[in-house]
Amino acid sequence: MIFAVMVALLVTMVLALVRAFMGPGLYNRILAINTFGTKTVLFVAVAGFLFGRPEFLDIGILYALVNFVATVAVLRLTHLQDPWSGTEGGEAG
Amino acid sequence: MSLLDHDPTGVASAQNRRRKSTVRLLRTAPLPAVFWLLLSGRYEPLTLALGTLSVAAVCWLTWRAGLAHQSLRLAFVLRLPRYFLWLSGQVLVSAYGVARKVWSPRLVLRPVVESTPAADLPELSQVVYANSITLTPGTLSLDVDEDAIKVHSLEQAGVEELRQGRMLSRARRTEARG
Amino acid sequence: MSVIEVLSGVLLAAGALALVSGGVGLLRFPDFYTRTHAASVTDPAGAGLILIGLLLRVDAWDTAVRLLIILLFLTLTSPTATHILAHAARRDGVPMWQEGDRRR
Repeated sequence: MIFAVMVALLVTMVLALVRAFMGPGLYNRILAINTFGTKTVLFVAVAGFLFGRPEFLDIGILYALVNFVATVAVLRLTHLQDPWSGTEGGEAG
Repeated sequence: MSLLDHDPTGVASAQNRRRKSTVRLLRTAPLPAVFWLLLSGRYEPLTLALGTLSVAAVCWLTWRAGLAHQSLRLAFVLRLPRYFLWLSGQVLVSAYGVARKVWSPRLVLRPVVESTPAADLPELSQVVYANSITLTPGTLSLDVDEDAIKVHSLEQAGVEELRQGRMLSRARRTEARG
Repeated sequence: MSVIEVLSGVLLAAGALALVSGGVGLLRFPDFYTRTHAASVTDPAGAGLILIGLLLRVDAWDTAVRLLIILLFLTLTSPTATHILAHAARRDGVPMWQEGDRRR
């Protein structure tokens, strides 16, 4: 069963990559890459089970965080105004 | 930002405010500490010291980002699992709906953008509610305003369901003080 | 085969199905906003099903904790990322697909 999940994950990752290559436009690509990233986290977790090495899960946690931060960072770079305008400076607002 | 308490100006209240912000700072500490302890699993002096350092760094960053005023109340945390259970049921049901749309030979999509009322929500409930909307396949929160949330939905039925307010009242009940 | 194993198998199969449907939807749906819905079939639903399916066949508690933490992070970050993305796209004027339009 775990092997079938692995195959499904690979298929989904390929589909997401196709969407990332096709675009069109920035946002479709970022969306596809973000999906690809979460699939990678799952892939790492499932691979850990398949090979009997639960240490892989630590890498999965790290990747989940990096993926989120990367998405936000790319959006910030492409969109120089910050996505949370208005909450800047917290206490002062 | 209505959660912030504004003291009248004065030396005493400045001290008071500093003490309050320290308390808030300390209230953020347990979460990363528990997280660190769970993941590390080693309790030697060196690793513990490094862990303390990183918890301190996280607290400092939280304070610097101006997020330290948001702390979780215990009652809220205790009520979260029930909400999560209900929400995952919703997510599964609507994921099934969207998956059926994906596999149907002719795509029948009537996407709509409408705003749903979300008046008088505390900040945290608003976050929970908007995230729940996005988390449910088929609806997506586009814009969060003071008293309404703009929702993009795959079909009109999704917005109608939100308007009935079951998710809203559950989100509200989860945070309610008590 | 115990009950738990069967249950875990069912969850894993459902998760795999959700993943593939999300991926196909990502390709089939006509515009950015509808594609976010397809992506959200894979993200919380598919990922949650698979992680819970894995959780049922765990034997050590620290592995279970790690799986739960991954699940927590994914359910916390994925709606946030999707929301920021959609918000930015809307502000950038990405057009919204209506029935009858050409697919983009």
